[in-house]
Amino acid sequence: MRASTEPKPAEGKQQTIKTGADLLVEALIEQKVETIFGYPGGAVLPIYDALYRADGSFDHVLPRHEQGGIHAAEGYARVSRKPGVVIGTSGPGATNLITGIADAMMDSLPLVIFTGQVAKNVIGTDAFQESDVMGITTPITKHNYQVQDLEELPRIVNEAFHIAATGRPGPVVVDIPKDISATVFERDVKNEFHLPGYQPTVRPNPLQINKLREALIGARKPVVLTGAGILHAGGTEALKSFVSNYDLPVTSTLLGLGAFPGDHHRFLGMAGMHGTYAANMSLYECDLLINIGGRFDDRLTGNLQHFAPNARIAHIDIDPAEIGKNVPTEIPIVSDAKKALDKLNELEPATLDHAEWVEKLESNKQNYPLWHNESEDVILPQYLLRKVHQLTDGEAVVTTDVGQHQMWAAQYYTFNRPDRWVTSGGLGTMGFGFPAAIGAQIADKDSTVVAIVGDGGFQMTMQEMSLLQERGLPVKIIIVNNQALGMVRQWQEKFYDKRYSHSIIDTQPDFVKMAEAYGLHGYKMESIQEIDRELGGILNSDKPAVIDCRVVQQENVYPMIAPGKGSHEMIGVSKP
Amino acid sequence: MNRVTGLLSKRQFNIESISVGRTETDGVSKMTFVVDVEDERKLEQFSKQLNKQIDVIKVSDITDKQIVARELAMIKVLTTPQQRGELQAIIEPFRATVIDVSKESMTVQITGNSDKVDAMIELLRPYGLKELARTGLTAFTRGQQLHQTEVKPYSILN
Repeated sequence: MRASTEPKPAEGKQQTIKTGADLLVEALIEQKVETIFGYPGGAVLPIYDALYRADGSFDHVLPRHEQGGIHAAEGYARVSRKPGVVIGTSGPGATNLITGIADAMMDSLPLVIFTGQVAKNVIGTDAFQESDVMGITTPITKHNYQVQDLEELPRIVNEAFHIAATGRPGPVVVDIPKDISATVFERDVKNEFHLPGYQPTVRPNPLQINKLREALIGARKPVVLTGAGILHAGGTEALKSFVSNYDLPVTSTLLGLGAFPGDHHRFLGMAGMHGTYAANMSLYECDLLINIGGRFDDRLTGNLQHFAPNARIAHIDIDPAEIGKNVPTEIPIVSDAKKALDKLNELEPATLDHAEWVEKLESNKQNYPLWHNESEDVILPQYLLRKVHQLTDGEAVVTTDVGQHQMWAAQYYTFNRPDRWVTSGGLGTMGFGFPAAIGAQIADKDSTVVAIVGDGGFQMTMQEMSLLQERGLPVKIIIVNNQALGMVRQWQEKFYDKRYSHSIIDTQPDFVKMAEAYGLHGYKMESIQEIDRELGGILNSDKPAVIDCRVVQQENVYPMIAPGKGSHEMIGVSKP
Repeated sequence: MNRVTGLLSKRQFNIESISVGRTETDGVSKMTFVVDVEDERKLEQFSKQLNKQIDVIKVSDITDKQIVARELAMIKVLTTPQQRGELQAIIEPFRATVIDVSKESMTVQITGNSDKVDAMIELLRPYGLKELARTGLTAFTRGQQLHQTEVKPYSILN
């Protein structure tokens, strides 16, 4: 097994005796893991012992609940574009991670999650803290493993990182029985891997690229839809060149925000359920729709029958299963978004015959901008989000939960740069935003990180304030506090005849005191004047802060495509 | 296996049968599905979703291919001793065999494509079926692909 020229070890005696957990730690070092989001427990005691011995090799982040840890790992992964590494114990440790795993699966975030498992000889006996992690995580992971033999461990770890981070990124679970991490072994385990069933197509087919170019040249009403695939591929610059080569109008999915500069004159705003009029009408009326790295989610398309009814559809996606899943596609391009754009950019630029179209979109943009009510004193959430943009020069990393505050952030915090926007899109997870902000701040220490959260969602994971206290991470938490589950309330108002069933939460903790209890600065703001006077100073300080902004409760997110309606049937397009 | 069946139920595909078994290569299993799909798009999704699984090495749609397909069924039929000869005569053209006989029943084993199995079951039904077990279809493409005339149900061979 060794080349004969190498000196022979003295009958293996000099080799260090280690455990399976040490093997895991070595594999993590080999993967250049810097940060681990983990929570110890019985089944991972051997792993934690190995981490103790490997002191200094990693920054171990200890959340106060596993869900906080995994959302932090997601924020870390989104901002750093590196896999987030999570450790949890068996049973409840693993089940507390489920929401985060499902969230990462929906939003294609690379995570490698190690769960402890009870020892192999008691698996299947309903042992203490046993849960069927493989069974539970199978439908919500890109792949999962249970380590059956110590020898497999390094190979599996390498495969897990490879699978999580390549192709369409996603979460990979590695379930490690306690006896395996505790087994003592003598070194020399092979770790090369072989994945015959996993060879993502990352380069575009040149014929399809030519087909797209031909379609572009013939198009009178083209539009580009940007998805998160561009961000995962690091394709922002390539996209800008592509768009300028053909002078194309651009709209975006929720998760694609930042792939194209929000202040660009050809950007129409976000499309979808709460997208702009100009963006949604461009999808409805276009004759060529080029979707780059988006997945035609139902919140984007509205009723599929009315989606881009006259358009030829071109779809660039690294996951072939996304192409044609929801929308029949004429020009499928299976590829990494950047590589496809690079290929397109190698072709001669062309001037399209689309002046009339561009003009129409421009006039839609001017005539139907986002609008909201005005106020002289009480805080309107839209005003707040616009203000946050101004005060951070649009450079902050912004994270959110799901709901009204998320939509207002997407609408009013114009993202001009990639990887600044961390939100729970597909799964729509309350309690995501704040812990994700922690992970984002760990990944990007120099940026201002603002967690925009609702008063409902914040209460789901607010125990992670401990991490701000412990590490002095300068995350700014802005609670868009309408004392309600705003989006639920909005739907009840619109579609359930104002029967506000359990969506008004007017009993709340004193968030300022909560912050203080965790040793953080807490602020409560109830007027525009307070925002104007104080928010800038708070956001630009190097201290963490919790800012409880009391906003108008009855404010709704507009425009809106009501459920079941097509993208041309928006309501609330203009001020009544 | 779990991944694949879970996936199919999650994506709401209608499976008529699945059969799984080892192949000539160590560590590689082969699964044969008979699936009821509405249209080409659904079929394409089905095959793409299977392909997406890390452990799936290859997916082929052999619906329109020349194939050899077999399933095995065991049928326990109620019989009086007098009826045994009669039953023998029924199953003989199907090249089925009797694998167990008792005072009031007889167990018959049949191998063949699903239509053949169905046909024999229908003939036996009037005698009273006590128990019935089918393995589901497993299939190969033929060594030589001739022009296809007969329309088969959709199936996917992996």
